[in-house]
Amino acid sequence: MLEDYIWRKKKERDILIMAHMVVGYPSIEESLDLVRTIVAAGVDLMELQIPFSEPIADGPVILKANQTTLSSGLRVDDCFRFAHQVTNEFDIPFLFMTYYNIVFKRGEERFFAEAREAGIRGAIVPDIPPEEGESYMAAATANGIDPIFVLAPTSSPQRFDYLGRFGSGFFYCVARRGVTGAETHFSVELDEFLQRCRKATQLPLALGFGVSSKEEIEFLRGKAEIAVVGSQALRVLNSDGIGAVGSLFRSLR
Amino acid sequence: MDKSGYYGQFGGAFIPETLNATLWQLNTAFAEVKEDSSFWTEYETLMSTYSCRPTPLTYAENLSSHFGGPRFYIKREDLNHTGAHKLNNVMGQGLLVQRMGKNRVIAETGAGQHGVATATMAAKLGYSCTIYMGEVDVARQRPNVFWMQQLGATVVPVKDGARILKDAINEALRDWSTNMDTTHYVLGTACGPHPYPEMVSYFQSIIGMEARNQILSQAGRLPKRIYACVGGGSNALGVFSGFLEDSSVELVGVEAGGEGLETNKHASRLAYGHGSVGVAQGYKTYFLQDEDGQMLETHSVAAGLDYIGVSPILAAYHEEKKIRFEAATDKEVLEATRLVMRMEGIIPALESAHALAGAFREAPQMNADDVIVINLSGRGDKDIFTIADALGDATWKSFIATKAEEYSA
Repeated sequence: MLEDYIWRKKKERDILIMAHMVVGYPSIEESLDLVRTIVAAGVDLMELQIPFSEPIADGPVILKANQTTLSSGLRVDDCFRFAHQVTNEFDIPFLFMTYYNIVFKRGEERFFAEAREAGIRGAIVPDIPPEEGESYMAAATANGIDPIFVLAPTSSPQRFDYLGRFGSGFFYCVARRGVTGAETHFSVELDEFLQRCRKATQLPLALGFGVSSKEEIEFLRGKAEIAVVGSQALRVLNSDGIGAVGSLFRSLR
Repeated sequence: MDKSGYYGQFGGAFIPETLNATLWQLNTAFAEVKEDSSFWTEYETLMSTYSCRPTPLTYAENLSSHFGGPRFYIKREDLNHTGAHKLNNVMGQGLLVQRMGKNRVIAETGAGQHGVATATMAAKLGYSCTIYMGEVDVARQRPNVFWMQQLGATVVPVKDGARILKDAINEALRDWSTNMDTTHYVLGTACGPHPYPEMVSYFQSIIGMEARNQILSQAGRLPKRIYACVGGGSNALGVFSGFLEDSSVELVGVEAGGEGLETNKHASRLAYGHGSVGVAQGYKTYFLQDEDGQMLETHSVAAGLDYIGVSPILAAYHEEKKIRFEAATDKEVLEATRLVMRMEGIIPALESAHALAGAFREAPQMNADDVIVINLSGRGDKDIFTIADALGDATWKSFIATKAEEYSA
């Protein structure tokens, strides 16, 4: 399970890094190169986003990548094949990130059975809260895949207690209101939020949304187990290419 | 686990965690006003003094004799303030915003009617206002963009996705999850996460309450059928809600048939059998989507019906066969528009003309003394460019050309 991996890794380094990428962006071949480059740069986990036409939790950078891959004709089958390939080739855990309709249309049981066959270890699906996700969680768990849930600064104390009862692997803590890609203030407020998360769960904490520099990762040391870098890597990919993404991840260490 | 807001297998609240708190707040505020009878009185007073409620029910005598029956009665939501049923929902939500103590409202709009209604409410009740509208719709509904801006709203053209209504909803959800502390999202139709389907239908039920009383007093009996156009479904749910307990009344929802079933260029989720169950934009219903669950491009001459999903409440009634769904093509809709303008002196919105087209198609099979009600959800002034193009009106074209020369001079 992911939790064991994370605690084990934490003994080697004081904060882990999870990279995010959109499968098939800018093309299948290039996204394979991208995985190779990012893994070589020393990241500890990786999210593979299966594109969706209505990604409501994503900001403009990831949204555009979703649209580009879909208009290039990328299918969900291609994403499973891609996952199979990278999990065979690389020795870090890979997770699927997508939206619930992709899981629902394939069928929860089939989605997770195929994800297991493809070597996937976890699933981050931002629009399936536990209330709606009883069969979703059961299908994931039955296939040995960790359903990752989200904690947000807007969640009430009661909500933290409730959410703390679910999930496995780790919790994905969103640093602020809004969608992916905007700027985050690494402030006292964020500190307090992470302290609330810590109280709600024994699971490791991943902090995402707006993490883009070494200074920000410094800030998170000792407060979260994992820093998630998504939109920033995509911005660098768009402006300077795959090699520069490798440099970005090396510079974060 | 608590699953609320379900209609059969449809509905629910599939939303990112960040929005949970604000939806909770909205649920609580809405639950309070439903229990508070003074709220509905306040709402009705506002609608009768600021808007034109009750809107009339018009006996369309010329249409009735043109078809040799049935007897057509038209519920005149086109005479509601801002020219459509949209304001019913918007003013209701506006009063809720006061109770929640927020100072900014946002909305999506397709045809622009919901955007104009929201901008109007924001001006009247003193909120700042941002409207999201697909770039394609901005171009085809330009007069409404102008009015939203004059009313003080910021109109943001959405350039992502198909650049139509669904994309405007996505963008509004993103804004809301960023600014939820100060901002209420005035969703314009009976879709989206719970409590929106229920809440929007609740405010629109004023149409059905009035229509039932009016038809009983004017025709002396209940209608045989009621026709309403269905995009998201709020005007249909509004008028149908008054007759749900009347088993003798057949309820007919008319979707956008676009260029027809075989072309795949349409927005009919139910009537053409092309929709399948899915989850997007916060709720579960029938969507026009591919095998992978990616949403398809839709098409309709009417921007307000050009949408991938349908109210979960209507999806449930569809499965229970409580409502029959049909689709009218763009061509039928333009013919119906022309007919009702010439015969009754009423200019319908292209959206609403779908309901007319559905009724006209079935009129020959009805008896002369059958009574039917058509919900005319809005007026057609906004469609002047689209209708003029469809009719190929030469004098209009030369007017626009002259006007363009003036501006470029």
